[in-house]
Amino acid sequence: MQDLSLHILDIVENATQAGATLIEIDISEDIGKDTLQICIKDNGHGMDAEMLRRATDPFVTTRTTRRVGMGLPLLKQAAEETGGDLLITSELGKGTRVVATFRKSHIDRRPLGDMGATLTTLIMGNPDLDFRYASNLHEKEVEVDTRSIRKELNGVMTINNPAVIALIRDLFNKGED
Amino acid sequence: MAKLKVEDLKRIKESMKGTVNLRQGDYRVKVTVHMGTCGIAAGARKLMTALLEKLEKSGATDIILTSSGCAGLCNHEPMITVEAKDSAPVKYVKLDPDKVARIFDEHVAGGHPVAEYALSIGSETTY
Repeated sequence: MQDLSLHILDIVENATQAGATLIEIDISEDIGKDTLQICIKDNGHGMDAEMLRRATDPFVTTRTTRRVGMGLPLLKQAAEETGGDLLITSELGKGTRVVATFRKSHIDRRPLGDMGATLTTLIMGNPDLDFRYASNLHEKEVEVDTRSIRKELNGVMTINNPAVIALIRDLFNKGED
Repeated sequence: MAKLKVEDLKRIKESMKGTVNLRQGDYRVKVTVHMGTCGIAAGARKLMTALLEKLEKSGATDIILTSSGCAGLCNHEPMITVEAKDSAPVKYVKLDPDKVARIFDEHVAGGHPVAEYALSIGSETTY
């Protein structure tokens, strides 16, 4: 993965496979602690302790358990390469929370990349799910909540209409990183 | 804080007036971008962005653009599948934004599959 926004796209695709109806993505930084944190939370069916233990092991992949694969191990590696870490908490029936922490100034910390493309790709691919995105970064703050957009559209058009997608894209146009 | 403006949403809602609104699930062509870890790492998101631009420019309302997971052909990524109603689905492999733009013009809009980028024709459908 070239940048963090591609990791985020990949991890959120997990959540969409896990029966989630709402996926929340928060990106924040702490200049004092020199950290960049990505939090992805879903309300899908969650994992039991055994599955959770295996989630970051790429070599126990079974294609029938959609939560297991290369996505989480790759993100874990990307975080650990910067001296950060990956924390996954999950509860059966409630959902999963993935928190990746990076040392922001570390030379191996990949750039955030194009979060606008990630978010619009997610909405296009999963028009029935809701996404809440908030980035609280020094360079730029962006907030998108498909629940309020959907409410505003009031059934006149769907959220994956190219005109709506273009509006969401424009929020990110100046770039975030 | 960059946030969507209610007036912008209202404006595009207004612009929709008078156009035929297709029911959800009612479409002529469905384009699926394969978005597994393999596809994403190989550049699938660029394909989605390129297809979105083409779709927006075309103004078509009978084309659905969506994504799916890994198709099990990771070495052929990035891939898309084009399903036109009443004809065989086509899987396209090892794509880039220029190739999908051509597929959009010739197959999605024009109805003629681009044989040179296709893996196979007629393997599976989702409808």
